[in-house]
Amino acid sequence: MSEFVLNVNGKNYKVSAPDEETLLSVLRNRLDLTGTKYGCGEGQCGACTVLMDETATRSCSIPAVAAKGTKITTIEGLESTDPRNGKLTPVQQAFLDEGAFQCGYCTSGMIMSATALLHDNHKPSEQQILAAMNGNICRCGTYPRILEAIKRASSQMANGGAR
Amino acid sequence: MKSHELDTPSKNEESDRRFSDFERTGVLKGHDFSRAASDPESTQALTPEGCSRPSVGVFFTGAERPNKMNEGFSPRPAPDQLDRRDFLKFLGGGLLVCLSPGMAWSQESGRAFGGHELPKDISAWLHIDADGRVKVFTGKVEVGQNIRTSLAQAVAEELRVPFDSIDMIMGDTDLVPWDMGTFGSRTTPTMNPQLRNMAVAGREMLLEMAAKRWNTDAATLVAASGKITTSDGSKSLTYGELTRGEDLVRSVGDPPLTPATEWKIAGTPVPKANGRDFVIGKHKFPSDIVRPEMIFGAVLRPEGFNAKLQTLDTSPAEQIPGVKVVRDGDFTGVVAHEAFTAQRAVAAIQAKWDVPQQQGNQGLFEYLKANPEGRAGGPEHQTGSVDQAYSAADVKLESKYTVEYIAHTPLEPRAAVAEWNNGKLTVWTGTQRPFGVRDELMETFQLSPKQVRVIQPDMGSGYGGKHTGEAAIEAARLAKAAGKPVKVVWTRQEEFTWAYLRPAGLIEIKAAARRDGTLVSWEYHNYNSGPAAIGTPYEVANQLIQYHPAKSPLRQGSYRGLAATANHFARESQMDEMAHALNMDPLAFRLKNISNPRLKAVLQAAADKFGWNTSKSAPDRGMGIACGTDKGGFVAACAEVSIDTATKKVKIGRVVQAWESGAIVNPDGLRNQIQGAMVQAIGGALFERILFANGRIQNPLFSKYRVPRFSDTPQIEVVLLDRKDLPSAGAGETGIVGLAPAVGNAIFAATGTRLRHMPMTPDNVVRA
Repeated sequence: MSEFVLNVNGKNYKVSAPDEETLLSVLRNRLDLTGTKYGCGEGQCGACTVLMDETATRSCSIPAVAAKGTKITTIEGLESTDPRNGKLTPVQQAFLDEGAFQCGYCTSGMIMSATALLHDNHKPSEQQILAAMNGNICRCGTYPRILEAIKRASSQMANGGAR
Repeated sequence: MKSHELDTPSKNEESDRRFSDFERTGVLKGHDFSRAASDPESTQALTPEGCSRPSVGVFFTGAERPNKMNEGFSPRPAPDQLDRRDFLKFLGGGLLVCLSPGMAWSQESGRAFGGHELPKDISAWLHIDADGRVKVFTGKVEVGQNIRTSLAQAVAEELRVPFDSIDMIMGDTDLVPWDMGTFGSRTTPTMNPQLRNMAVAGREMLLEMAAKRWNTDAATLVAASGKITTSDGSKSLTYGELTRGEDLVRSVGDPPLTPATEWKIAGTPVPKANGRDFVIGKHKFPSDIVRPEMIFGAVLRPEGFNAKLQTLDTSPAEQIPGVKVVRDGDFTGVVAHEAFTAQRAVAAIQAKWDVPQQQGNQGLFEYLKANPEGRAGGPEHQTGSVDQAYSAADVKLESKYTVEYIAHTPLEPRAAVAEWNNGKLTVWTGTQRPFGVRDELMETFQLSPKQVRVIQPDMGSGYGGKHTGEAAIEAARLAKAAGKPVKVVWTRQEEFTWAYLRPAGLIEIKAAARRDGTLVSWEYHNYNSGPAAIGTPYEVANQLIQYHPAKSPLRQGSYRGLAATANHFARESQMDEMAHALNMDPLAFRLKNISNPRLKAVLQAAADKFGWNTSKSAPDRGMGIACGTDKGGFVAACAEVSIDTATKKVKIGRVVQAWESGAIVNPDGLRNQIQGAMVQAIGGALFERILFANGRIQNPLFSKYRVPRFSDTPQIEVVLLDRKDLPSAGAGETGIVGLAPAVGNAIFAATGTRLRHMPMTPDNVVRA
């Protein structure tokens, strides 16, 4: 059992959890941030993806205590700094515009992975998108639309929109 | 209804027995396809092809309206647990339209529809609030197929109200009329026309009310945008203004539906109704539900199927602070205040199991053929004499095809939150059959229908894999023992192991044709995989087609398209091989033997878009074509594959699929479904396969069971044919059947190797 502070979506949370408890479990079951999903528990599906200091991270595969001192962003914490988008980021808006989901269970993880990719690289090539997204599974098979959404967000960001 | 598939829902899950006696579970013992003929939905729902059109009851309610009525209808858990008596009070004043089967309506003519007694067996409700908002109640559920949106479009269309004024109340057994479940691509052909019937009846009532008020003829009035207006535009009343304070009972006949050619809201690409909630992480899936004082549960699983418990020591779990062990017969589970602790506690339990020797992948298909289930039924279809025609024919081919067990692996595994309140059980869970799960809970805990409420929040998909209520029963059992609400979320490994699978199967075909390419004989036997789409859509004078149920060594059940995938793979591969044996173009051979114009149309559309006539196969690049039909949908696919001649690895480069299912209700949702079905089909075609031996699943993880990913996705082109002159059919399933045979045929065109086994793995290319 450890007591530590997690910075999630700009807020500090005092957490008391066993050393082995995953970041995913703490986010979902202790902080009620259920936008981050469980899909496999072995880092294979990407449903649990969050940002740790802007890097896409599988929250099911790291202990929560290992995330202390970092800035964690979950789907609930994404917020556009560009007033043209309202509160949605270009990636969120692009998923909506492309209808890039069916059941929507993978969507949070997809958006977090895509957000990290576009943060590092505003104009990724198709190959770079595939490489960055291949760890995220959509069982409904909406991959073609998600690719289009990422390209749409990319071109919007290249035109001056920020995350 | 012959092809309508259904797993056996009648024998309820008895989770305590499930662990020691796997054979006793309902779905495990093979899907009882014979039940399809008496599918309650087909009689309850009175589909257009049924014997009688439904009649529509319209009545108004003047009951007192509660203050915060909208709270109870949000997809989030209702604050209060309602029963049906409260329901009309909850709705308050306005216009309530009920659909009832015509026969039941007349048989129960003595029954009072006045007051607040509602007819039983009604299959849908529609309510117009005094504020003009429209609530639609249906037992169908949203699992990603976008039915929440497309049903709302249909109602908005017929009622002449804006799409945004509709709230769909779905899959809550206390609030919606009984429904068999969401499967078999039945929602669009059955629920859609039912809701439209009610919406038209409601619109006609509103027109009559306005006519009465203005002392004019209803035929001179116009219903549009939620208002009734005089033809000169001088007078106008909103629907809410018309219905306020009314208390009427009326029934009306069969109203004429708006033809698809005149649709303004239906037929358009309306975006997903609550799409924004999904991109901001706000939507609450079943596994996200939280209740006050809720704790977490986990269940001890046997080491293998049919295992018998030898010894059990729960003390290591009990020593963990805050953990309670729950034993109930053979059921052993734990609860804890933290999900992590519950998982740790169940892992700490020391159990020894005796797992008997059992059938595995080795020799599976021989086993299925040698172990029939139940009494052998007659052929599904028989005409002429296949023996005579086959022996006399010019070109003959005899082949065997096999498909493996595969898993649905919905990204959200089974999950449930159960809560007991003064003897009433409420369960939030992900299921395609909320009323089926209610029945399972009633039987398990000996409760009446009023004592169980199942609520299905829009869930993380199902693909036919979530017909059953395992997690609901487990959560309810644990919650009962703990005296607090309990959440159970299955791990991925549990979902792979303790859910059910798409059946494996063996298919044997003997086919023959004349030298001119006319098919003359078609003998077809399917062992275990199922009878969906087992018939051939080609014209063949002599046919013998038979399904042979078998004793499945694994628990099996429904799946998207179910056996239609295996039956299309076998048939379309065989057709391709026949074409090559006849030295005919595979497209020309098919067209020669098809008379159905809808099937011809999709085949031609796919071939045209693909450029079939100008594309040439080479050793490293092949083109294949396939077509078929099931559940009222028509599909044709053309695939281009590239093959690494050194490793024999197959990569699907491009697939064109044409689709037709009558009048399109939402072209964007339909395109998404067809595209998604094609992507999902890649897994079964090329790499998905359950590995099992001696009662254990050996690859119950995504790291060991490969599903399609971004990098597997080819260039996909979907051609939608919109037949506005035909009723809309369901489109959730049949889009999955064309890809595998088109890919197999493309591999043959490139390599000359015929792959008759799904998945078509690279080692099969080498070996064959």
